[in-house]
Amino acid sequence: MLKISKLTKRYGSGDPVLKELDLTVEGDQLTSVIGSSGAGKSTLLRCINRLVEPTSGSVDLNGTEFTTLNRRELRTARRRIGMVFQSFNLIDRLTVMENVQSGRLGYISTWAALTRRYPREDIRHAYELMERVGIAHYADRRADELSGGERQRVGVVRALMQRPEILLADEPTASLDPKTSEQIMSLLRDLASELKLPVIINIHNVTEAKEYSDRIVGMRYGRIIFDDLPGKLEKAEMDEIYAGVPAMDRAEVGAVA
Amino acid sequence: MSTGKDTWRKPPFISHPGLRYGLYIAVSIYVVLTIATLPIDWDRVSDGMRRAQRIFSGAFPPNFDRSGLLIDGFLESLKIAILATVGGITLSVPLAFMAASNISIKPIYLIGRSIIIVARSFHPVIVAIIFVKAVGFGPFAGALTLVVYSIGFVAKLLAERIEEIDFGQVEAMRSVGAGFLSTLVYAVVPQIMPRLVGLGIYQLDSNLRASAVVGIVGAGGIGATLANAFGRYDYDFALAITMVIVGAILVSEAVSGLVRKRIA
Repeated sequence: MLKISKLTKRYGSGDPVLKELDLTVEGDQLTSVIGSSGAGKSTLLRCINRLVEPTSGSVDLNGTEFTTLNRRELRTARRRIGMVFQSFNLIDRLTVMENVQSGRLGYISTWAALTRRYPREDIRHAYELMERVGIAHYADRRADELSGGERQRVGVVRALMQRPEILLADEPTASLDPKTSEQIMSLLRDLASELKLPVIINIHNVTEAKEYSDRIVGMRYGRIIFDDLPGKLEKAEMDEIYAGVPAMDRAEVGAVA
Repeated sequence: MSTGKDTWRKPPFISHPGLRYGLYIAVSIYVVLTIATLPIDWDRVSDGMRRAQRIFSGAFPPNFDRSGLLIDGFLESLKIAILATVGGITLSVPLAFMAASNISIKPIYLIGRSIIIVARSFHPVIVAIIFVKAVGFGPFAGALTLVVYSIGFVAKLLAERIEEIDFGQVEAMRSVGAGFLSTLVYAVVPQIMPRLVGLGIYQLDSNLRASAVVGIVGAGGIGATLANAFGRYDYDFALAITMVIVGAILVSEAVSGLVRKRIA
């Protein structure tokens, strides 16, 4: 269970991007976070694994308080949170297998990582996961030879290699065409229930969010103003979430992206 | 709402007209004054022409009689260049990481940058004079000189490449909990590898050229052979040496071009 309470993030001296935000995610739910650009979705996700340092508040994952960990503890704790990125963030010049195994870098020794001597158990697990998402035959190909959808599958497998307790996806489909985008969304939904894994997805495509999520969270100005089943998201709620001038929101929160 | 305007001019480089024309006038006055006051002595130029003619007529035809000396000198230069390139690259990689502002913390960054600036600020000939004084005549001084020269060039350009990397990959490695060294090797090294190989090949080529120059001040290699030939007025042998240098550089240029095309 992920329990975020009173989370605040302020860049510099401007207005906070996240304002005392509370959110709890548990079970194998797929939660979609929607909101206009600059609402703080990306910052929220990055504050969970502290790629962005929260200013105050608490992030608790299955009993571990993340905000007070020191550097070493944080590195160990990050292994428990998988993350998938909008631009995939694969290592283009390495093979798909190396990319997938890079999800284990928090577990294996630096020497094993440098010499690419991955444990047998990890290799077996990698082939299973790659088989599951349909990229096993690409194991020896360079990551930049793959198409967008295939690359995002590599990204997902890399995150799953961590055997994470939660999966964060920062606009995982925003760089993909509509059809591939739907494939990735349904893959994430299926994996959530297969692996009993809670998934939080930042997403701009509201139609997809409604179709694939168990729960929708709407953000505006760093606050959660909607949190309910997808069916409850009607026009009135949508207008409220996306109201205001995006440029004004951005001016207020500063550089988030 | 149309205002009916149909002309447009690019805004001038300096918007204030007084400042703009003032700058133009100042630059033209400076150029004219400089040329007018340059101490150009036409008699000496014509003297020089005659002397140059004597040297060139003495140089033809090139003399390859002492090709043993020539080959020895050239092989020594090649050894200096290879040794300096390997040593220079080995030192440049850690220095480049130190001097990349997106990877290192501030104090390390400043140390790295300072070392690179010092290595860059002296021409190889000056560095060679210092090393010849320090370790004596010969190829060792030459190799040390070119190591410094390589650091100044390779570490600087590599550091700039590191600063341009796609940081998303670093972010991804952080998110999986990878350690510092693993993050560098997985997220940074693959991105800078083509540049590193390219720089290494270019530097080998460049060190070969520079080794001829530093040899003149006593740092070994074919430069020393060339300086001796000039000193003894053996212009025909000097021309032979020069031709070999030019030929070697043409070959290395062609090879490095080919290799760099392959690794893109």
